[in-house]
Amino acid sequence: MSDRTLRGKVAVAGVAETEYYKWGRSPDPEFKLAIQAILKACENAGVDPRDIDGFSSYSNDRSDASRMSAALGCKELSFASMQWGGGGGGGSGAVANAAAAIATGQAECVVVFRALAQGQFGRFGQGPRSKVVSGPAAHTLPYGLMSAAHQFAMKVNRYMHDHGVRQEALRAISLAAYHHAQANPRAVMHGRPLDEAKYDESRWIVEPFHLFDCCLENDGAAAMVLVSAERAKDFPHPPCYLLGAVSGSQHRAGATVHNTPEYASSSFPTVAPRLYNMAQVGPADVDVLQSYENFTGGVMMSIVEHGFCTAEEVNDFLTYDNLVAPSGKLPLNTSGGNLAECYMHGLGLNIEAVRQIWGQSTSQVPGAEISMVTSGPMVTPVSCCIFGSEATL
Amino acid sequence: MSATTPYLKPGLAKPVAAGDGLDAPFWDGLKEGKLVLQRCNGCGKFQWGPEWVCHRCHSLDLGWAETSTEGILYSHQRIWHPVHPALAEQGPYIVALVELPAADNVRIIGNLVGDPMQPLEIGSAVRAVFEHHPDDDPPHTLLQWEVV
Ligand SMILES: [Zn+2]
Repeated sequence: MSDRTLRGKVAVAGVAETEYYKWGRSPDPEFKLAIQAILKACENAGVDPRDIDGFSSYSNDRSDASRMSAALGCKELSFASMQWGGGGGGGSGAVANAAAAIATGQAECVVVFRALAQGQFGRFGQGPRSKVVSGPAAHTLPYGLMSAAHQFAMKVNRYMHDHGVRQEALRAISLAAYHHAQANPRAVMHGRPLDEAKYDESRWIVEPFHLFDCCLENDGAAAMVLVSAERAKDFPHPPCYLLGAVSGSQHRAGATVHNTPEYASSSFPTVAPRLYNMAQVGPADVDVLQSYENFTGGVMMSIVEHGFCTAEEVNDFLTYDNLVAPSGKLPLNTSGGNLAECYMHGLGLNIEAVRQIWGQSTSQVPGAEISMVTSGPMVTPVSCCIFGSEATL
Repeated sequence: MSATTPYLKPGLAKPVAAGDGLDAPFWDGLKEGKLVLQRCNGCGKFQWGPEWVCHRCHSLDLGWAETSTEGILYSHQRIWHPVHPALAEQGPYIVALVELPAADNVRIIGNLVGDPMQPLEIGSAVRAVFEHHPDDDPPHTLLQWEVV
Protein backbone atom coordinates (compact mmCIF):
# COMPACT_ATOMS: atom_id res chain seq x y z
CA MET A 1 0.00 0.00 0.00
CA SER A 2 1.02 3.59 -0.58
CA ASP A 3 2.79 5.35 2.25
CA ARG A 4 0.93 8.51 1.21
CA THR A 5 -1.49 8.13 4.09
CA LEU A 6 -2.06 9.41 7.60
CA ARG A 7 -3.30 6.03 8.79
CA GLY A 8 -1.81 5.16 12.16
CA LYS A 9 0.87 7.85 12.02
CA VAL A 10 -0.54 10.30 14.53
CA ALA A 11 -2.15 9.97 17.97
CA VAL A 12 -4.26 12.15 20.21
CA ALA A 13 -2.52 12.95 23.49
CA GLY A 14 -5.11 15.17 25.15
CA VAL A 15 -8.34 17.08 24.64
CA ALA A 16 -10.20 19.80 26.51
CA GLU A 17 -12.76 22.54 26.28
CA THR A 18 -13.51 25.62 28.35
CA GLU A 19 -16.82 26.01 30.05
CA TYR A 20 -19.38 26.49 27.30
CA TYR A 21 -21.49 29.66 27.41
CA LYS A 22 -24.50 30.95 25.58
CA TRP A 23 -23.43 33.45 22.89
CA GLY A 24 -22.24 36.71 24.35
CA ARG A 25 -22.07 35.30 27.90
CA SER A 26 -18.36 34.52 28.09
CA PRO A 27 -16.72 36.46 30.90
CA ASP A 28 -13.44 36.23 29.01
CA PRO A 29 -12.29 37.56 25.63
CA GLU A 30 -11.80 35.14 22.77
CA PHE A 31 -8.01 34.88 22.92
CA LYS A 32 -8.13 34.09 26.63
CA LEU A 33 -10.69 31.35 25.95
CA ALA A 34 -8.30 29.83 23.40
CA ILE A 35 -5.44 29.95 25.92
CA GLN A 36 -7.58 28.26 28.57
CA ALA A 37 -8.61 25.43 26.25
CA ILE A 38 -5.04 24.84 25.08
CA LEU A 39 -3.65 24.82 28.63
CA LYS A 40 -6.36 22.40 29.73
CA ALA A 41 -5.72 20.11 26.76
CA CYS A 42 -2.00 20.08 27.61
CA GLU A 43 -2.86 19.27 31.23
CA ASN A 44 -5.16 16.50 30.02
CA ALA A 45 -2.27 15.09 28.00
CA GLY A 46 0.43 15.67 30.59
CA VAL A 47 2.29 17.78 28.04
CA ASP A 48 4.28 20.92 28.89
CA PRO A 49 2.62 23.72 26.86
CA ARG A 50 6.12 25.02 26.04
CA ASP A 51 6.61 21.89 23.95
CA ILE A 52 3.79 22.76 21.56
CA ASP A 53 5.47 23.59 18.27
CA GLY A 54 2.47 23.86 15.98
CA PHE A 55 -1.03 25.34 15.80
CA SER A 56 -3.79 24.38 13.41
CA SER A 57 -7.20 26.00 13.12
CA TYR A 58 -9.96 26.85 10.64
CA SER A 59 -12.76 29.23 9.79
CA ASN A 60 -10.42 32.23 10.04
CA ASP A 61 -9.93 31.80 13.76
CA ARG A 62 -8.78 35.14 15.13
CA SER A 63 -6.37 33.72 17.73
CA ASP A 64 -3.17 34.03 15.74
CA ALA A 65 -0.71 31.15 16.00
CA SER A 66 2.40 33.29 16.44
CA ARG A 67 0.77 35.35 19.17
CA MET A 68 -0.35 32.14 20.87
CA SER A 69 3.12 30.60 20.64
CA ALA A 70 4.64 33.74 22.18
CA ALA A 71 1.93 34.02 24.83
CA LEU A 72 2.53 30.46 25.99
CA GLY A 73 6.31 30.77 25.89
CA CYS A 74 6.66 27.88 23.48
CA LYS A 75 10.25 26.93 22.71
CA GLU A 76 9.72 27.39 18.99
CA LEU A 77 7.07 27.50 16.29
CA SER A 78 7.38 24.82 13.59
CA PHE A 79 3.93 24.81 12.01
CA ALA A 80 1.08 27.32 11.69
CA SER A 81 -1.88 26.41 9.53
CA MET A 82 -5.29 27.86 8.71
CA GLN A 83 -7.75 25.73 6.75
CA TRP A 84 -9.62 27.81 4.17
CA GLY A 85 -13.40 27.95 4.31
CA GLY A 86 -16.05 29.04 6.73
CA GLY A 87 -18.40 27.45 9.20
CA GLY A 88 -17.28 24.13 10.61
CA GLY A 89 -16.07 22.70 7.31
CA GLY A 90 -12.49 22.74 8.55
CA GLY A 91 -12.97 20.96 11.87
CA SER A 92 -11.48 17.69 10.68
CA GLY A 93 -9.42 19.46 8.02
CA ALA A 94 -7.47 21.22 10.75
CA VAL A 95 -6.86 17.78 12.30
CA ALA A 96 -5.68 16.54 8.89
CA ASN A 97 -3.32 19.48 8.45
CA ALA A 98 -1.85 19.04 11.93
CA ALA A 99 -1.47 15.31 11.37
CA ALA A 100 0.19 15.82 8.01
CA ALA A 101 2.73 18.15 9.61
CA ILE A 102 3.55 15.56 12.27
CA ALA A 103 3.62 12.62 9.86
CA THR A 104 6.02 14.42 7.52
CA GLY A 105 8.38 15.57 10.24
CA GLN A 106 7.47 19.26 10.09
CA ALA A 107 6.34 19.42 13.71
CA GLU A 108 6.29 17.30 16.87
CA CYS A 109 3.36 18.44 18.96
CA VAL A 110 0.52 20.33 17.27
CA VAL A 111 -2.56 21.80 18.91
CA VAL A 112 -5.79 21.94 16.94
CA PHE A 113 -8.05 24.58 18.43
CA ARG A 114 -11.07 26.82 17.83
CA ALA A 115 -12.27 29.74 19.97
CA LEU A 116 -15.40 31.85 19.69
CA ALA A 117 -16.64 34.86 21.63
CA GLN A 118 -19.62 36.15 19.70
CA GLY A 119 -20.31 38.86 22.27
CA GLN A 120 -16.91 40.28 21.40
CA PHE A 121 -17.14 39.86 17.63
CA GLY A 122 -20.82 39.66 16.67
CA ARG A 123 -23.30 36.86 16.08
CA PHE A 124 -23.41 34.38 13.23
CA GLY A 125 -27.17 34.11 12.92
CA GLN A 126 -27.83 37.72 11.95
CA GLY A 127 -27.82 39.35 8.54
CA PRO A 128 -25.30 42.06 7.66
CA ARG A 129 -26.39 45.66 8.17
CA SER A 130 -24.66 47.45 5.28
CA LYS A 131 -26.50 49.94 3.04
CA VAL A 132 -25.29 48.42 -0.22
CA VAL A 133 -23.92 45.01 -1.15
CA SER A 134 -21.77 43.84 -4.07
CA GLY A 135 -20.23 40.62 -5.33
CA PRO A 136 -21.95 37.23 -4.98
CA ALA A 137 -23.89 38.42 -1.93
CA ALA A 138 -25.57 41.11 -4.08
CA HIS A 139 -27.38 38.28 -5.85
CA THR A 140 -28.89 36.86 -2.64
CA LEU A 141 -28.95 39.36 0.21
CA PRO A 142 -31.43 41.92 -1.28
CA TYR A 143 -33.93 39.04 -1.53
CA GLY A 144 -33.66 38.35 2.19
CA LEU A 145 -31.34 35.34 1.72
CA MET A 146 -28.69 36.27 4.26
CA SER A 147 -28.16 33.72 7.05
CA ALA A 148 -26.59 30.29 7.14
CA ALA A 149 -30.06 28.73 7.46
CA HIS A 150 -31.11 30.48 4.25
CA GLN A 151 -27.92 29.40 2.52
CA PHE A 152 -28.70 25.72 3.07
CA ALA A 153 -32.48 25.31 3.32
CA MET A 154 -32.96 25.05 -0.44
CA LYS A 155 -30.43 22.22 -0.69
CA VAL A 156 -32.37 20.28 1.93
CA ASN A 157 -35.77 21.07 0.40
CA ARG A 158 -34.56 19.83 -2.97
CA TYR A 159 -33.11 16.67 -1.40
CA MET A 160 -36.27 15.92 0.58
CA HIS A 161 -38.33 16.46 -2.59
CA ASP A 162 -36.12 14.23 -4.73
CA HIS A 163 -36.00 11.36 -2.23
CA GLY A 164 -39.28 11.63 -0.34
CA VAL A 165 -37.59 12.37 2.98
CA ARG A 166 -40.04 13.18 5.79
CA GLN A 167 -39.65 15.80 8.52
CA GLU A 168 -39.51 12.98 11.08
CA ALA A 169 -36.01 12.06 9.85
CA LEU A 170 -34.73 15.53 10.70
CA ARG A 171 -36.58 15.41 14.01
CA ALA A 172 -34.86 12.15 14.99
CA ILE A 173 -31.44 13.80 14.59
CA SER A 174 -32.47 16.60 16.93
CA LEU A 175 -34.07 14.27 19.49
CA ALA A 176 -30.95 12.09 19.65
CA ALA A 177 -28.70 15.11 20.24
CA TYR A 178 -30.90 16.46 23.02
CA HIS A 179 -31.16 13.00 24.58
CA HIS A 180 -27.37 12.71 24.75
CA ALA A 181 -27.04 16.25 26.13
CA GLN A 182 -29.11 15.26 29.16
CA ALA A 183 -26.27 12.93 30.22
CA ASN A 184 -23.56 15.54 29.58
CA PRO A 185 -23.12 18.14 32.32
CA ARG A 186 -20.98 20.30 29.98
CA ALA A 187 -23.88 20.65 27.56
CA VAL A 188 -25.58 24.02 27.31
CA MET A 189 -28.90 22.16 26.93
CA HIS A 190 -28.25 19.83 29.89
CA GLY A 191 -31.46 19.76 31.91
CA ARG A 192 -33.56 20.95 28.95
CA PRO A 193 -34.89 17.78 27.31
CA LEU A 194 -36.71 17.72 23.98
CA ASP A 195 -39.59 15.50 22.90
CA GLU A 196 -41.53 15.03 19.69
CA ALA A 197 -44.34 17.38 20.67
CA LYS A 198 -41.97 20.17 21.68
CA TYR A 199 -40.12 19.81 18.38
CA ASP A 200 -43.31 19.74 16.32
CA GLU A 201 -44.71 22.80 18.07
CA SER A 202 -41.50 24.82 17.79
CA ARG A 203 -41.51 27.73 15.38
CA TRP A 204 -40.14 27.58 11.87
CA ILE A 205 -36.85 29.36 11.31
CA VAL A 206 -37.01 28.58 7.61
CA GLU A 207 -38.82 25.58 6.19
CA PRO A 208 -37.78 22.74 6.59
CA PHE A 209 -35.88 23.85 9.72
CA HIS A 210 -37.72 24.19 12.99
CA LEU A 211 -35.93 25.97 15.84
CA PHE A 212 -34.56 22.63 17.07
CA ASP A 213 -33.07 21.77 13.66
CA CYS A 214 -30.64 24.67 14.04
CA CYS A 215 -27.31 24.74 15.85
CA LEU A 216 -26.76 26.82 18.94
CA GLU A 217 -24.65 29.96 19.07
CA ASN A 218 -22.04 29.77 21.82
CA ASP A 219 -18.91 31.20 23.31
CA GLY A 220 -16.00 29.05 24.41
CA ALA A 221 -12.97 27.22 23.10
CA ALA A 222 -11.84 23.67 22.43
CA ALA A 223 -8.44 22.13 21.80
CA MET A 224 -6.77 18.81 21.10
CA VAL A 225 -3.09 17.87 21.26
CA LEU A 226 -1.66 15.67 18.49
CA VAL A 227 1.69 13.84 18.53
CA SER A 228 3.35 11.15 16.44
CA ALA A 229 2.09 7.58 16.82
CA GLU A 230 5.40 6.45 18.35
CA ARG A 231 4.49 8.49 21.40
CA ALA A 232 0.87 7.28 21.61
CA LYS A 233 1.47 5.32 24.81
CA ASP A 234 3.35 8.07 26.65
CA PHE A 235 0.16 9.75 27.85
CA PRO A 236 -2.49 9.08 30.50
CA HIS A 237 -5.18 7.87 28.08
CA PRO A 238 -5.53 4.67 26.06
CA PRO A 239 -3.87 5.14 22.67
CA CYS A 240 -6.14 6.86 20.14
CA TYR A 241 -4.86 6.91 16.59
CA LEU A 242 -5.93 8.91 13.58
CA LEU A 243 -6.90 6.40 10.90
CA GLY A 244 -7.73 8.98 8.25
CA ALA A 245 -8.54 12.63 7.71
CA VAL A 246 -9.44 14.40 4.46
CA SER A 247 -11.13 17.53 3.19
CA GLY A 248 -12.54 18.95 -0.01
CA SER A 249 -15.76 18.98 -2.03
CA GLN A 250 -17.15 17.78 -5.36
CA HIS A 251 -16.77 19.39 -8.81
CA ARG A 252 -17.48 23.14 -8.66
CA ALA A 253 -19.03 22.99 -5.22
CA GLY A 254 -17.93 26.61 -4.87
CA ALA A 255 -19.88 27.84 -7.93
CA THR A 256 -21.52 31.08 -6.85
CA VAL A 257 -25.20 32.01 -6.63
CA HIS A 258 -26.25 28.41 -5.85
CA ASN A 259 -24.93 27.00 -9.15
CA THR A 260 -23.13 23.95 -7.72
CA PRO A 261 -23.95 21.18 -10.23
CA GLU A 262 -24.67 18.60 -7.50
CA TYR A 263 -26.77 21.05 -5.51
CA ALA A 264 -28.72 18.89 -3.06
CA SER A 265 -25.64 17.58 -1.30
CA SER A 266 -23.65 17.84 1.91
CA SER A 267 -20.46 18.30 -0.22
CA PHE A 268 -19.12 14.86 0.77
CA PRO A 269 -19.68 12.69 -2.36
CA THR A 270 -16.00 12.71 -3.37
CA VAL A 271 -14.61 13.29 0.12
CA ALA A 272 -16.15 10.34 1.96
CA PRO A 273 -14.64 7.66 -0.34
CA ARG A 274 -11.19 9.17 0.14
CA LEU A 275 -11.63 8.99 3.91
CA TYR A 276 -12.65 5.33 3.89
CA ASN A 277 -9.85 4.52 1.47
CA MET A 278 -7.27 6.11 3.74
CA ALA A 279 -8.67 4.65 6.94
CA GLN A 280 -9.18 1.22 5.36
CA VAL A 281 -12.61 0.86 6.93
CA GLY A 282 -16.15 1.13 5.61
CA PRO A 283 -19.33 2.57 7.08
CA ALA A 284 -20.30 -0.80 8.55
CA ASP A 285 -17.14 -0.70 10.69
CA VAL A 286 -17.94 2.65 12.31
CA ASP A 287 -19.07 2.25 15.94
CA VAL A 288 -20.11 5.84 16.64
CA LEU A 289 -20.54 9.00 14.54
CA GLN A 290 -20.24 12.67 15.36
CA SER A 291 -21.78 14.54 12.42
CA TYR A 292 -21.63 18.33 12.31
CA GLU A 293 -25.06 19.87 12.64
CA ASN A 294 -25.28 23.38 11.37
CA PHE A 295 -28.76 22.10 10.50
CA THR A 296 -30.23 18.62 10.79
CA GLY A 297 -30.75 18.41 7.03
CA GLY A 298 -27.00 18.56 6.53
CA VAL A 299 -26.52 15.65 8.93
CA MET A 300 -29.09 13.66 6.97
CA MET A 301 -27.25 14.18 3.69
CA SER A 302 -23.84 13.58 5.32
CA ILE A 303 -25.03 10.23 6.66
CA VAL A 304 -26.18 9.17 3.19
CA GLU A 305 -23.07 10.44 1.43
CA HIS A 306 -20.91 8.51 3.92
CA GLY A 307 -22.78 5.32 3.03
CA PHE A 308 -24.60 4.60 6.29
CA CYS A 309 -27.87 4.28 4.37
CA THR A 310 -29.18 5.17 0.93
CA ALA A 311 -31.28 8.24 0.22
CA GLU A 312 -34.29 6.01 -0.14
CA GLU A 313 -33.65 4.41 3.28
CA VAL A 314 -33.45 7.71 5.18
CA ASN A 315 -36.99 7.59 6.59
CA ASP A 316 -36.43 4.10 7.99
CA PHE A 317 -32.85 4.58 9.14
CA LEU A 318 -32.96 8.01 10.75
CA THR A 319 -35.04 7.15 13.81
CA TYR A 320 -34.48 8.05 17.42
CA ASP A 321 -33.93 4.40 18.37
CA ASN A 322 -31.24 3.96 15.73
CA LEU A 323 -29.36 7.12 16.69
CA VAL A 324 -29.07 6.91 20.49
CA ALA A 325 -26.26 5.34 22.51
CA PRO A 326 -25.62 2.71 23.58
CA SER A 327 -28.12 0.54 21.73
CA GLY A 328 -28.69 2.33 18.38
CA LYS A 329 -27.39 1.04 15.08
CA LEU A 330 -25.48 4.31 14.61
CA PRO A 331 -25.12 6.30 17.83
CA LEU A 332 -24.99 9.92 16.69
CA ASN A 333 -23.64 13.08 18.31
CA THR A 334 -23.21 11.46 21.68
CA SER A 335 -22.19 14.64 23.53
CA GLY A 336 -25.24 16.53 22.29
CA GLY A 337 -23.23 18.04 19.46
CA ASN A 338 -23.75 21.47 17.98
CA LEU A 339 -27.49 21.28 18.63
CA ALA A 340 -27.39 20.67 22.36
CA GLU A 341 -23.85 20.53 23.79
CA CYS A 342 -22.20 23.58 22.29
CA TYR A 343 -21.55 25.20 18.95
CA MET A 344 -17.77 25.46 18.97
CA HIS A 345 -17.71 25.25 15.19
CA GLY A 346 -17.73 21.50 15.63
CA LEU A 347 -14.35 20.92 17.27
CA GLY A 348 -16.29 19.53 20.21
CA LEU A 349 -17.36 16.72 17.89
CA ASN A 350 -13.73 15.71 17.32
CA ILE A 351 -13.12 15.77 21.07
CA GLU A 352 -16.18 13.61 21.67
CA ALA A 353 -15.01 11.15 19.02
CA VAL A 354 -11.71 10.77 20.91
CA ARG A 355 -13.50 10.35 24.25
CA GLN A 356 -15.49 7.47 22.73
CA ILE A 357 -12.20 5.70 21.93
CA TRP A 358 -10.97 6.43 25.47
CA GLY A 359 -14.22 5.15 27.01
CA GLN A 360 -14.87 8.58 28.56
CA SER A 361 -18.07 9.71 26.85
CA THR A 362 -21.09 10.59 28.96
CA SER A 363 -23.07 8.47 26.46
CA GLN A 364 -20.45 5.79 25.91
CA VAL A 365 -20.85 3.22 23.15
CA PRO A 366 -19.52 0.04 24.76
CA GLY A 367 -16.29 -1.12 23.17
CA ALA A 368 -16.12 1.68 20.61
CA GLU A 369 -13.06 1.06 18.44
CA ILE A 370 -13.76 3.14 15.34
CA SER A 371 -15.05 6.64 15.88
CA MET A 372 -15.84 9.04 13.05
CA VAL A 373 -16.41 12.77 12.59
CA THR A 374 -17.95 14.61 9.64
CA SER A 375 -17.38 18.36 9.69
CA GLY A 376 -19.37 21.18 8.16
CA PRO A 377 -21.87 19.76 5.68
CA MET A 378 -23.03 21.86 2.70
CA VAL A 379 -20.13 24.34 2.82
CA THR A 380 -16.90 23.96 0.85
CA PRO A 381 -14.45 22.60 1.72
CA VAL A 382 -15.91 20.08 4.15
CA SER A 383 -13.80 17.51 6.00
CA CYS A 384 -14.04 14.28 7.93
CA CYS A 385 -11.83 11.98 9.99
CA ILE A 386 -11.76 8.62 11.72
CA PHE A 387 -10.09 7.77 15.04
CA GLY A 388 -9.30 4.22 16.08
CA SER A 389 -8.18 2.29 19.12
CA GLU A 390 -4.95 0.30 19.24
CA ALA A 391 -6.84 -2.78 18.04
CA THR A 392 -7.66 -1.10 14.75
CA LEU A 393 -4.08 -0.58 13.62
CA MET B 1 -43.36 42.31 -16.67
CA SER B 2 -42.74 44.82 -13.90
CA ALA B 3 -43.81 44.75 -10.27
CA THR B 4 -46.11 47.47 -8.95
CA THR B 5 -45.04 47.14 -5.32
CA PRO B 6 -41.84 45.90 -3.73
CA TYR B 7 -42.02 42.34 -2.38
CA LEU B 8 -39.99 42.94 0.79
CA LYS B 9 -40.19 45.85 3.17
CA PRO B 10 -37.48 48.49 2.59
CA GLY B 11 -34.20 48.55 4.46
CA LEU B 12 -32.18 45.59 3.18
CA ALA B 13 -28.84 46.25 1.50
CA LYS B 14 -29.24 47.39 -2.11
CA PRO B 15 -27.29 45.63 -4.86
CA VAL B 16 -24.52 47.45 -6.68
CA ALA B 17 -22.16 46.12 -9.34
CA ALA B 18 -18.99 44.47 -8.08
CA GLY B 19 -16.05 46.85 -7.69
CA ASP B 20 -14.16 45.02 -10.44
CA GLY B 21 -17.15 45.30 -12.79
CA LEU B 22 -17.62 41.55 -13.06
CA ASP B 23 -21.44 41.58 -12.90
CA ALA B 24 -22.18 45.15 -14.06
CA PRO B 25 -23.96 44.17 -17.34
CA PHE B 26 -26.42 42.07 -15.33
CA TRP B 27 -27.49 44.93 -13.09
CA ASP B 28 -27.61 47.35 -16.04
CA GLY B 29 -29.80 44.88 -17.92
CA LEU B 30 -32.27 44.55 -15.07
CA LYS B 31 -32.82 48.31 -15.03
CA GLU B 32 -33.88 48.02 -18.71
CA GLY B 33 -36.21 45.12 -17.95
CA LYS B 34 -33.87 42.57 -19.53
CA LEU B 35 -32.30 39.41 -18.14
CA VAL B 36 -28.69 39.63 -19.31
CA LEU B 37 -26.28 36.88 -18.24
CA GLN B 38 -22.67 36.01 -18.89
CA ARG B 39 -22.09 33.93 -22.02
CA CYS B 40 -18.73 32.66 -23.17
CA ASN B 41 -17.59 33.90 -26.58
CA GLY B 42 -15.31 30.87 -26.81
CA CYS B 43 -17.83 28.04 -26.46
CA GLY B 44 -21.14 29.92 -26.55
CA LYS B 45 -22.35 28.58 -23.19
CA PHE B 46 -23.91 30.61 -20.39
CA GLN B 47 -22.36 30.55 -16.94
CA TRP B 48 -23.67 31.99 -13.67
CA GLY B 49 -22.54 33.46 -11.31
CA PRO B 50 -20.20 35.42 -13.48
CA GLU B 51 -16.48 34.72 -13.44
CA TRP B 52 -13.36 36.00 -15.20
CA VAL B 53 -12.82 32.69 -17.00
CA CYS B 54 -15.15 30.17 -18.62
CA HIS B 55 -15.17 27.04 -16.46
CA ARG B 56 -15.78 24.87 -19.54
CA CYS B 57 -13.22 26.08 -22.13
CA HIS B 58 -11.04 28.49 -20.12
CA SER B 59 -11.67 31.33 -22.56
CA LEU B 60 -11.08 34.72 -21.01
CA ASP B 61 -13.37 36.26 -23.65
CA LEU B 62 -16.60 36.34 -21.68
CA GLY B 63 -19.52 38.14 -23.28
CA TRP B 64 -23.06 38.90 -22.21
CA ALA B 65 -26.38 37.96 -23.78
CA GLU B 66 -30.04 38.58 -23.11
CA THR B 67 -31.93 35.41 -22.28
CA SER B 68 -35.50 34.26 -21.77
CA THR B 69 -37.32 35.30 -18.60
CA GLU B 70 -39.02 31.92 -18.34
CA GLY B 71 -37.66 29.49 -15.76
CA ILE B 72 -38.34 26.43 -13.65
CA LEU B 73 -38.56 26.43 -9.84
CA TYR B 74 -35.48 24.37 -8.88
CA SER B 75 -35.87 24.81 -5.11
CA HIS B 76 -37.44 27.19 -2.64
CA GLN B 77 -37.59 28.25 0.98
CA ARG B 78 -40.24 29.95 3.06
CA ILE B 79 -38.40 32.10 5.62
CA TRP B 80 -40.08 32.88 8.94
CA HIS B 81 -37.44 34.10 11.36
CA PRO B 82 -36.28 37.67 10.63
CA VAL B 83 -32.50 38.11 10.80
CA HIS B 84 -32.55 41.79 9.83
CA PRO B 85 -34.43 44.68 11.49
CA ALA B 86 -36.02 45.60 8.14
CA LEU B 87 -37.83 42.26 8.13
CA ALA B 88 -39.07 42.37 11.73
CA GLU B 89 -42.66 43.03 10.58
CA GLN B 90 -42.36 41.24 7.24
CA GLY B 91 -43.87 37.88 8.16
CA PRO B 92 -43.03 34.82 6.07
CA TYR B 93 -41.52 35.36 2.63
CA ILE B 94 -40.33 33.09 -0.13
CA VAL B 95 -36.92 32.84 -1.78
CA ALA B 96 -36.83 30.90 -5.05
CA LEU B 97 -33.95 29.20 -6.82
CA VAL B 98 -34.84 29.31 -10.52
CA GLU B 99 -33.31 27.21 -13.27
CA LEU B 100 -33.14 28.81 -16.73
CA PRO B 101 -33.47 26.19 -19.50
CA ALA B 102 -32.79 28.79 -22.22
CA ALA B 103 -29.47 29.67 -20.60
CA ASP B 104 -27.88 26.22 -20.26
CA ASN B 105 -29.77 25.60 -17.00
CA VAL B 106 -27.88 28.11 -14.91
CA ARG B 107 -29.67 29.04 -11.68
CA ILE B 108 -30.56 32.43 -10.28
CA ILE B 109 -32.05 33.69 -7.00
CA GLY B 110 -35.09 35.90 -6.42
CA ASN B 111 -38.25 36.13 -4.38
CA LEU B 112 -41.38 34.29 -5.46
CA VAL B 113 -44.00 37.02 -5.45
CA GLY B 114 -47.65 36.53 -4.49
CA ASP B 115 -49.14 34.89 -1.41
CA PRO B 116 -46.28 33.98 0.96
CA MET B 117 -48.29 30.90 1.99
CA GLN B 118 -48.81 29.70 -1.59
CA PRO B 119 -48.03 26.03 -2.18
CA LEU B 120 -44.48 25.50 -3.44
CA GLU B 121 -43.89 22.88 -6.13
CA ILE B 122 -40.41 22.14 -7.40
CA GLY B 123 -40.63 22.03 -11.19
CA SER B 124 -43.26 24.76 -11.49
CA ALA B 125 -42.96 27.10 -14.46
CA VAL B 126 -42.08 30.64 -13.36
CA ARG B 127 -41.41 33.92 -15.14
CA ALA B 128 -39.44 37.00 -14.22
CA VAL B 129 -40.93 40.11 -12.63
CA PHE B 130 -38.72 43.21 -12.71
CA GLU B 131 -38.97 45.17 -9.48
CA HIS B 132 -37.65 48.65 -10.28
CA HIS B 133 -36.39 51.03 -7.63
CA PRO B 134 -35.47 54.07 -9.79
CA ASP B 135 -35.77 56.60 -6.98
CA ASP B 136 -33.76 54.61 -4.47
CA ASP B 137 -30.18 55.48 -3.54
CA PRO B 138 -28.56 53.92 -5.47
CA PRO B 139 -31.20 53.17 -8.16
CA HIS B 140 -31.49 49.44 -8.83
CA THR B 141 -33.79 46.69 -10.06
CA LEU B 142 -34.45 43.38 -8.34
CA LEU B 143 -35.29 40.24 -10.33
CA GLN B 144 -38.35 38.54 -8.87
CA TRP B 145 -40.34 35.52 -10.05
CA GLU B 146 -43.97 34.47 -10.20
CA VAL B 147 -45.57 31.12 -10.86
CA VAL B 148 -47.06 31.03 -14.37
ZN1 LIG C 1 -16.33 28.71 -22.80
